[in-house]
Amino acid sequence: MQQIVNFFIRKKTFFLFLLLFAISLVFTIQYHSYHRSRFVNSANFLSGGIFSTTNSINSYFGLKEQNLKLQQENSRLKSLVYNQTQTHDSAIIDTTSYNGIYKVTPAIIYKNDYSKNNNVLLINKGKNDSISQDYAVVSDLGIVGITDNSSSKFSTVLSVLNTNVLISAKLKKSNHFGTISWDAKSPSLVNLTEIPKVAPVKLGDTIVTSGRSAIFPKNISIGEVVDFNIDKAGNFYKLKVKLFNDMTSLNHVYVIENKDKAAIMELLNGNNE
Amino acid sequence: MNSTLKIILRFIVLVFLQVTIFNYVNFLGYINPYIYVLFLVLFPLRNNKSVFIISAFLLGLSVDMFSDTGGIHAGASVFVAYIRPIISKFSFGTLNEMYSVKFNSVEFSKRLTYITLIVANHHLMVYFLEFFNFSHILTILKYTFLSGIFSITLIFLITFLFSSKNK
Repeated sequence: MQQIVNFFIRKKTFFLFLLLFAISLVFTIQYHSYHRSRFVNSANFLSGGIFSTTNSINSYFGLKEQNLKLQQENSRLKSLVYNQTQTHDSAIIDTTSYNGIYKVTPAIIYKNDYSKNNNVLLINKGKNDSISQDYAVVSDLGIVGITDNSSSKFSTVLSVLNTNVLISAKLKKSNHFGTISWDAKSPSLVNLTEIPKVAPVKLGDTIVTSGRSAIFPKNISIGEVVDFNIDKAGNFYKLKVKLFNDMTSLNHVYVIENKDKAAIMELLNGNNE
Repeated sequence: MNSTLKIILRFIVLVFLQVTIFNYVNFLGYINPYIYVLFLVLFPLRNNKSVFIISAFLLGLSVDMFSDTGGIHAGASVFVAYIRPIISKFSFGTLNEMYSVKFNSVEFSKRLTYITLIVANHHLMVYFLEFFNFSHILTILKYTFLSGIFSITLIFLITFLFSSKNK
C-alpha cells in the first residue's frame, strides 16, 4: 500500500498531465460533435463583454459598407412591397406583432470565424431575447448558421462553415432535395450532395433552403452552383455551391424562430416510436 | 511575490492579445499566430511542475473559451507544459535545465531551438486536435509549418522588445 501511494506521489506530475489532457480531449470531442451543450463556450459574460467592446470599436471601420448593404436590402424589400399585386386586409405594423409562425429577431455578430474547421460565431442576443438552441440565423443574402449555446445576453451560432452542420437544401427551379455540408476548404464554397441524377442541374442554378428541417423556413437563398459532377456510385450529383453571403464580412443578421417547431418535433418523435 | 504577479499579468495580457487581435489576422485566409505560447516559453520552471501544468491548462482553456474551440488549446498547452523539461534539456543542455530569469542571456541559436521546438509541438497538437483525423496529416503539417513560422517570428520580436531593460 505504502509503495502504491509512493508511486502516485512520485509520478504525480504525470497523473496530473493525464487528467488535464483527458479533460481537454473530452472538450475536443464535444467540439467535434453537433450540439452537445458545450461546457466551454464564448456566450458568457466575460468573453461576451470583451467581444462587445472590441466590436463597438471595430464596427466603426465598416460602417459605410454595412450601411450600403442594409440600404440594398431595404430597396429590395421595398420593391417587393410596391410590386405586390394582392392586397392584405390589414396592415402589418412590425414583425413582432405579426402573427405568423416565424418570429424574426435582429442581431449583430460580435465574433466572426471562418478560418477554422468548425467555425462558431457570437451574436448579441440571448435568452433575454427568447433565443435558444436550433434557431435559424440568416442575413440579407442567405443563410448564416444555427444557434447553439445561449446565455442571458449572448448566443453562439454554428456557422454554415462548420463541418458538423448539415442543412437541407433544394434546387430552386425543380425542388430536388439535397444536403449542404462544408469541407473546410474555402469560406465561400459549400457542397451539396444527394441531389438525384435525374435532376436538371446547370451551372448558375440557385440553391435555396428546403424548409424540411423545422429550423430554416422555406426558400431562403443559399448560393449558386459553380461546379457539379456525379458521385462515385453514379446515382447522385455532387455540387459545389458558391454562397451568396460573404461569410468573412458579416455584421447584421436575423434570428428566425419557428413557433411551430415544438409541435413538429413532438409529432416526428411520436411517429418514430 | 513580485514574480508571481508578473506571471499572472503576462497570462492576462497574452490571452487578451491572442483573442482580440491575433485570432483575427487570417493571413492568406487561414494562418493565425498563437502568441500565447510565449507564456509556456517564459514560465520559470524550478520545482513546481504541477503549478506549471495547471496554469498551462487554464491558459489553453481561456483561449478555447474565447475562440469556441472546445479543448484544443488546453490539450496542446498541457502537452507542451508536460514535455517542456525534455525540450529545455535538449536545447540548453543538462546544466541549464533549471534556467530562470536569464533567458535573454542564452545564446541565440539555443534560444531559437528551444522556442521552435515548443511552438512546433504546440501547433502540431493544436492542428491535430482540430482536424482530429490522421487522413489529413499533410494539411496538418502544412498549417503547423505556416502558422508556426508566423508564431516563432512574433514570439522572437516580443522577447526582443521586452528584453532590453533587464540588462
